[in-house]
Formats: sequence, structure tokens, C-alpha cells
Amino acid sequence: MPEAAASGLASGAALDAIDKQLINALQGDFPLVAEPYRQVAAALGLAEAELLQRLDALLQRRVLTRFGPMFQIERAGGAFVLAAMKVPEPDFERVAAQVNAFPEVAHNYRREHALNMWFVLATATPQGIAETIAAIEAATGLPVFPFPKEREYFVEMKLHA
Amino acid sequence: MPDAGPELDALDRRLIVATQAGLPRVSRPYHAIGGELGIDGDEVIARLQRMLDSGVIRRIGAVPNHYAIGYTANGMSVWDVDDVRIDELGARVGALAFVTHCYRRPRRLPDWPYNLFAMVHSQNREEVAARVAEIAALLGAACRAHDILYSTAILKKTGLRIAG
Repeated sequence: MPEAAASGLASGAALDAIDKQLINALQGDFPLVAEPYRQVAAALGLAEAELLQRLDALLQRRVLTRFGPMFQIERAGGAFVLAAMKVPEPDFERVAAQVNAFPEVAHNYRREHALNMWFVLATATPQGIAETIAAIEAATGLPVFPFPKEREYFVEMKLHA
Repeated sequence: MPDAGPELDALDRRLIVATQAGLPRVSRPYHAIGGELGIDGDEVIARLQRMLDSGVIRRIGAVPNHYAIGYTANGMSVWDVDDVRIDELGARVGALAFVTHCYRRPRRLPDWPYNLFAMVHSQNREEVAARVAEIAALLGAACRAHDILYSTAILKKTGLRIAG
């Protein structure tokens, strides 16, 4: 399990049946009503307080990385672009820290390939992408290869726990 | 220009900035956000509903860490597919139950000949490889080469953070 070790996370880290139920239920459509947690809790047969406590714990333990609206920023005039870099092994940590310091970097993964760092840039405007790429190249001294999406065939936002 | 999306006003943008890091975990989260922005909770709900309907919001909910919920093998499969057939085949690859994201992207020749990206998450690499073999069978002769890039660490996963 080199992945789990490298990410600093135990796989399936001690999730009980209720946590799993909660993770699956909360990936659905969270209700837009005054007391949405109470509504979801009731559907699961939980008290609202227990749901909130478990949700907080899952976020704190990084089992969930976020809870809220997922914006398709392109629809609001912004841009998301996948980009990759070939980072020399000895420089990897330094470059990862430099890249991650940009708030425009929404997520970043290490992958097994000559192109070993893959990240997604999210900016409020399309020009922001080119500016951020230039700034990352200046900060790291390495070229950035952008892979903008030309067509989206499918995006599934849910993973069964 | 249907893809340009709906007009968002300044308040919508403030709402994006206020919620991009997440919803508050309190009984009345939309009212709590409204309190911060100086508007009514019902107005927050109405605006979020409008953004959901227009696709500015894909969905509202939890984003799990793949590793933590047992998907320890995360393979980005990449394919060099005939340009004439890629849209037809990309749609079919995207429709496979185990493919979570599927996009067409530009090649970067000579280093990177791949134009189709399909994410496959599973419990182990053997299972990812078996699923990738299914994609290879579907693409057949239209695919000239492919590779699987496994992730070995999440370096960052915060999501969108645009400035206010």
C-alpha cells in the first residue's frame, strides 16, 4: 500500500457503518431548506446533533476533504485546467510546497510517470490560468504543461464508501 | 452561447466566495451564511437553488478522500485515440460504470500522445488493470497506445478558492 502510506492516510480508516451511511448519503443532493441537516439525519434515523458531530469528525480526520457546494466555475466565467510538471525527484518536496502555496491550485496529486505532478488550477477568469502558470514556472524554474479539457464525456461526483 | 452560463451578480459572487470552503455545520447553515452577507437565509437558499439549476453548482454535498474510503488504487488511464472517432468512443468510455471522470484533452507531442483521459478508482491495482483492459477492448483498433498513471500521494485537495 505505497499510496496509503505516502498520502499519510490509513485506507478505510476505522469508519463504522453509520459513518459509511453518512458519507454515501451526504454525497447526494444536500437539501436547500432551512434545516437541511435535520432532514438528512431524520432520513438516516439519526439525531441532528449526532450527524453534525460525525460530519465534523470526518472533516477533521480528512476522510471528507470538503462539505458544501461544488462549483463549476466555467459557468460563472472562471476556468479549471489540469496541468502537469516533470519534477526531478530531489526537488519534489520543494516544488510541491511552491505549487501548493498558490490558492489557484485546487488539488495536486503525485503520479507515477515522468510527468509526476498533476494539479488542477481554478481561477475566476480564463486569463487567470495563463497568469498562474507563468507564476508557477517562475517560482519553480520548471515548465508547466497545461491539459485543458476540450470535451467532457462524463463526471461522476460520488464514490460509494 | 449556452456555455457562457447565466449572469451572476455581485451578491452571487460573494455567495460563491462565502461557501467555496464549505457550509457551516450548524442547524441553519444557509441562514448563518446569510447573516455573514447581510441577507436573509431564504435569499441564500433561492440563489443557491438558481445556481444549481443553471449548472454553476454541480451539486451540494461531501467530497470524500478516495484513499480514506478504501479506493487505494487511483489510476488515471490515458489513451491515444483516433481523432475521427474520439467523441463517439469517449462518450462510450464515459458511460462505463467504473469510469468516474472522462475527458478529451490536447496531446503534447512528442512526449504525450494521449488525448483521452479516464479515471478509474478501485481497491487495488489488479482491479484497475482489469477495468483498463475493458476500456482497451472497447476502443479496439481506434486506440494506438495507452498508459495508467497511478496516484501515490494527495499533495493538496482544497478545491476552488477564488478571491473575494
